[in-house]
Amino acid sequence: MYQTNYHRASSVQEAVEMMSNVPEGKYLAGGMTLIPTMKQRLAAPSDLVDLRHITEMRGIMVDGRSVRIGAATTHEEVATSVEIRAVCPALCGLASHIGDPHVRHMGTIGGSIANNDPAADYPAAVLALDATIVTDRREITADDFFTGLFETALEDGEIITAIRFDAPATAAYQKFANPASRYAMTGVFVARRDNGEVRLAVTGAGSNGVFRHRGLEAALAANWSPDAVANVTVDASDLLSDLHASAAYRANLVRVMAKRAVAAA
Amino acid sequence: MANIRMTVNGRQVSGVCDDRTLLVHFIRENLGLTGTHVGCDTTQCGACVVDMDGQSVKSCSILAAQAAGSTITTIEGLAQNGDLHPVQEAFKAHHGLQCGFCTPGMVMTAVDMIRRHGGNLDEETVRAELEGNICRCTGYHNIVKAILAAAAEMGGSRQAAE
Repeated sequence: MYQTNYHRASSVQEAVEMMSNVPEGKYLAGGMTLIPTMKQRLAAPSDLVDLRHITEMRGIMVDGRSVRIGAATTHEEVATSVEIRAVCPALCGLASHIGDPHVRHMGTIGGSIANNDPAADYPAAVLALDATIVTDRREITADDFFTGLFETALEDGEIITAIRFDAPATAAYQKFANPASRYAMTGVFVARRDNGEVRLAVTGAGSNGVFRHRGLEAALAANWSPDAVANVTVDASDLLSDLHASAAYRANLVRVMAKRAVAAA
Repeated sequence: MANIRMTVNGRQVSGVCDDRTLLVHFIRENLGLTGTHVGCDTTQCGACVVDMDGQSVKSCSILAAQAAGSTITTIEGLAQNGDLHPVQEAFKAHHGLQCGFCTPGMVMTAVDMIRRHGGNLDEETVRAELEGNICRCTGYHNIVKAILAAAAEMGGSRQAAE
């Protein structure tokens, strides 16, 4: 790892100020991606601003069906939240399968979303749940937030402070995990509202990162049943192709994971 | 440079290191506690697992500076007054190790697992919970047996205490 300077912020405002005073800084949440990346010298920030001790960014609030998760909330806290489980158990299930127990004790929802790894689990949930990303300066809809591989709408120095969404009537997440890394080779999060609206987001498969599949959404809105996905075409031309799976294989996985998700919802 | 203070195995410690120094290196090199191992260096193998503020973490993927002010327990901190921790006893009784390199991380992971699940652990859960720990000798069978035995004993003794 190259040399870096560590700073610990105790408030969102202090973190923004710290970041504005350093040349090539990065925010550090749980660090479960950033620290390994720095160890490999794939990232070399001049400064790190640690957000883990900012109490206003932690915690889960559920009011009726309205859910607010502080950005510094760990995967373990989401996975074991009784409040979230009561209204959106699919999100607890998703969080409980990220990484391993030790990673879940450190990794955070804000960190995962800000990083927008194309194989990360949370972006699919945030997009399918039509969540709002709350930052230190504005609110961003999930549809506007994820802009490409490891790319988001966040500006320089902007901090995600919370994720907000209304729990859907039903939801489920299914992933086909890489047998070695356990990262999603394809993961599908599906959410259905009381009015019949369906949102379905795919992670691990898109060559441009997480995406909604409108064809599957339309088919499931018309017929909420696992069989409804059978005749939907998933275009392989926009999908990732690598040593783990070809684009055509992933296209099929999208349909299979969608089918399993609807069955599990 | 970072001036680090933390509590390790019940003792107040301090040391000076680079801001980039990993917690595992601070524990091993500054504090001389070499029971915590570095195996893969890619956050996968779990040989470096320690307890930080009541939860298991991979000390190879946390900066010492991030851990400043925290309370750490390493493998050296488990035995009390010369008596092995029940998980350590169970690993010994069930031959849960061969070369022993992964064992500190396995034991720390097992302690955390039992903390969260109590005596209700079953084999499937133990195997799923070992996702972040790699052993190249045992094939895991005796590690799983040892953790189940320790969970039963610790869960049982907790019930007796209640």
